Amino acid sequence: MTHVKPKFAMYWAASCGGCEIAVLNTHEKILDVDANFDVVFWPVAMDAKYKDVEAMEDGSILLTLFNGGIRNDENEHIAKLLRQKSKILVAFGSCACEGCIPGLANLSPVGEIVHTAFNTISTDNPHEIYPRTSYDVPEGELHIPKLEKTLRPLDHVVDVDYFMPGCPPESHQIAAVLDLVIDVLHGRATLPPKGSTIGVGNSTVCDECPRARNVKAIKEFKRIQDIAPADPDLCLLEQGIPCNGPATCSGCNARCPQAGAQCIGCYGPAQGVTDYGARLITAFASVIDAKEPEEIDRILDGIPDPTGQMYRFSLPASPLKANREAFKAK
Amino acid sequence: MTEKIGVYVCHCGSNIAGVVDVEDVAKWAAEKLGHQGVVIARDYKFMCSSLGQELIEKDIKELGLTRVVVAACSPHLHEKTFRIAAQNAGLNPYLVELASIREQVSWVHTDKAVATAKSKAVVSGAVSRVIENAPLEEIKVPINPNTLVVGGGIAGIQSALEIANAGFHVYLVEREPSIGGHMAQFDKTFPTLDCSACILTPRMVEAGTHPNITLLTWSEVVNVAGYVGNFNVTIKKKARFVNEELCTGCGICQEKCPKKVIDDVYEAGLGYRKAVYTPFAQAVPNYPVMDKENCIYFEKGTCKACEKFCPTNAIDFNQQDQLLNVEVGNIILATGYDLFDARRVSNYGYGRLPNVFTSLEFERLSNAAGPTNGNIVLRDGKTMPKSVGIIHCVGSRDRNFNNYCSVICCMQGLKFAHLVHERTGATVYNFYIDMRTAYKAYDEFYQRVLEEGTLFVRGKVAEVTDAARYSNERGKLIVQTEDTLAGKQRRIPVDMVILSSGLQPRHDAKEVGKMFGISCSTDGWFTEKHPKLDPVATMTEGIYIVGCAQGPKDIPSSVAQGAAASARVLDKILQREVALEPIKATVNKEMCSGCRICNGLCPFNAIAFIADDNVSEINPALCQGCGTCVAACPAGAISGTGFSNEQINAQIDGLLMKNLEPVGA
Repeated sequence: MTHVKPKFAMYWAASCGGCEIAVLNTHEKILDVDANFDVVFWPVAMDAKYKDVEAMEDGSILLTLFNGGIRNDENEHIAKLLRQKSKILVAFGSCACEGCIPGLANLSPVGEIVHTAFNTISTDNPHEIYPRTSYDVPEGELHIPKLEKTLRPLDHVVDVDYFMPGCPPESHQIAAVLDLVIDVLHGRATLPPKGSTIGVGNSTVCDECPRARNVKAIKEFKRIQDIAPADPDLCLLEQGIPCNGPATCSGCNARCPQAGAQCIGCYGPAQGVTDYGARLITAFASVIDAKEPEEIDRILDGIPDPTGQMYRFSLPASPLKANREAFKAK
Repeated sequence: MTEKIGVYVCHCGSNIAGVVDVEDVAKWAAEKLGHQGVVIARDYKFMCSSLGQELIEKDIKELGLTRVVVAACSPHLHEKTFRIAAQNAGLNPYLVELASIREQVSWVHTDKAVATAKSKAVVSGAVSRVIENAPLEEIKVPINPNTLVVGGGIAGIQSALEIANAGFHVYLVEREPSIGGHMAQFDKTFPTLDCSACILTPRMVEAGTHPNITLLTWSEVVNVAGYVGNFNVTIKKKARFVNEELCTGCGICQEKCPKKVIDDVYEAGLGYRKAVYTPFAQAVPNYPVMDKENCIYFEKGTCKACEKFCPTNAIDFNQQDQLLNVEVGNIILATGYDLFDARRVSNYGYGRLPNVFTSLEFERLSNAAGPTNGNIVLRDGKTMPKSVGIIHCVGSRDRNFNNYCSVICCMQGLKFAHLVHERTGATVYNFYIDMRTAYKAYDEFYQRVLEEGTLFVRGKVAEVTDAARYSNERGKLIVQTEDTLAGKQRRIPVDMVILSSGLQPRHDAKEVGKMFGISCSTDGWFTEKHPKLDPVATMTEGIYIVGCAQGPKDIPSSVAQGAAASARVLDKILQREVALEPIKATVNKEMCSGCRICNGLCPFNAIAFIADDNVSEINPALCQGCGTCVAACPAGAISGTGFSNEQINAQIDGLLMKNLEPVGA
């Protein structure tokens, strides 16, 4: 009897590649992937053509880890294709789950993004050459993907089975998820309910943070580089450093606060949170220790980039999704 | 489970139907929201009428409705009505949802198509929300029969006496050494010219000796916790340095105290008091207080004249501030007003020109028990004025200061005119913008003052100056004013100017409001629950406002409000228990990470941090369901019954019409 190994795929859409590195960073666990799966499609690791995937039977890939948000029509095409071919589609990493850093481009209309990339002071483009989606060459017509108005998380485009947040997901969490899937394959475990967030804890970063916490009363927000040195044992937020830990899903072992830096929220919203940024804003606002509006304004001015602070990872997945100008853009 | 939802769209006469096509809204709801469970949608002229309510009750019984949406006015107005209707028909009252298509639609739109479309969205939101509503049971708690009255002016005294006379205990807290308030400073009261002290002091004494009243003067409320029926109030009893048990109020200490201090509270800066003093002869209680700032012993370490001469050894220099805790069921705030500081109108010269007086100074000047024994004289203390100008609306009805009318200043100005005329025979000018003499016997008083020969100049005074232009102005104060009736500018030289200053909210009204959990209007007066129908209650159950704390008013109105609030409090006390809305916040312990953001926020101190479990916990007995912690919890670990994420998200989806087709279709 020939044992046919289940098929595995991994894809990157609008992302940085860090998620792939995080997978490789599972060290010898990656061998278990090879032992248990037939890797059929993984552009960063092996050569494969889209047409090979298109030729596969629907549902023939057991597990696809999809990282990156949907920024252009190619991303969207592959997302739909992999959905069709996969039994289990995992939105892998912050970009696929909630848009992440590339999602901050949703603050600008697409034209402006292209302009910034191709015609600002740092770009030498004297002939104002802009990318075109199609170009005729003697061999025929060439295409490059077309940018869409906004970046969307994976589940805004296709049905997603599981969400695995993190920028990137922590390797120990990836290893645990891979172990789980392998256990399921061998009949030793069952899959969590569809739609679950996996590879996370059930609380917030504070739960894993060893720093002491007290009743909070913030008189000033400061950037971490302006405090030297921060008290290593006391809650960073209490020291006036805007730490996103209280609203962020646990699962990373509070790596940043443990290393002396504030949580920036890459693990996404905690389970009970719909709009991550709104939650954080109300939480921060609630513990500002001031009565006069002018004083409150002064304290809030200590957060120089509120959108970047509150929605660094989650803008496209938030109820706001993007700013109005981006939506209206042609 | 599929719900059976009834939707009822109210015409509210033409209030809603005039702008919204209510029939279309009802028809649309039946058609488009059927898949959500809407089995019946009706429109009716007045849903809140008994016939309207019966309509709902009948449908609940006959159609077996499990949820009800009433599209009508704000929940503020009739939520209770429809909840009771549902309850009468056997449906849990919390399964009723109100969609406000009056306040939020018909009253704010004129375009019928837009208003109708918006009404549909609002109804759609309510339908989606009501599906997520859970049946809730009211919570009954006993009411503590004691009452706290804050402020011992005439309004507070009236409140306290009414309740005490009905047989219930009252704590009457006053910041100053004596009760009596502003009324105790007045000489005469308009329009009857009753002697203010003569009518007030019997009430003060009654309040001071009443077995059901615990009088706490020289005291301030510093903290309020709890909720209607069960407030826990912390009162700071400031050190008097006089043992109240031993003091007989004989007054020897005041007599012997060598330190004279300008009395800028009671005597408005015109007279002196001692460092140990009672503010006035009829003060209640009659025990003096020691003014630590000015006492020679506290300053230099020697003196103690008062201690030496006190026949009962009542002086106690070691006395400390005390914190008292009292449990009360209801609270009446009668914190009064501050007088507008006339210095702010610098062009009227108060503080710069000696013979410009404020209304309160004049009250003391004309008071027989005042610093001049009732002689109306210039600042030199002896010269009787031959001409007096009284300026109305100082600091009121003026965009530079307060827009509102201070209500009492016209009558006050007329009273001053009468007193000046009667006591000095001087020529009196009243400078007014509009004469406001509403209420019983007020205009008659105006007629009387007119007949007495007081001159009235209608116009806003530009300036009071001592810079003479003409020989007849030399040594005088010149009132430069527009005379709108004569149509010209006038300069009127007078010996004395009285500024009929307006009333202002207490300087600390905002903080006091915050402490008691009530809000202030933009002007700073405490906000009543309803400006017409509920003028003494506030949005916080169990807290009432009376007298000038709620807005400028005269003595009769203050007394009426004091009595009105007492009736409301007695009503509550006699119910013995109060039904609390079962709207409570709860912490999901699994999701709580103990970040402690919520810990300092609860206005009712209902949140405790359990260090062993590293989670925060909410005490349901203390929680008032205000939602502060629910909003603040960054983990979304706190949810409030009646306002769950599911309910709110469903309502948003409904408003956005995302619910029109079943998901996935």
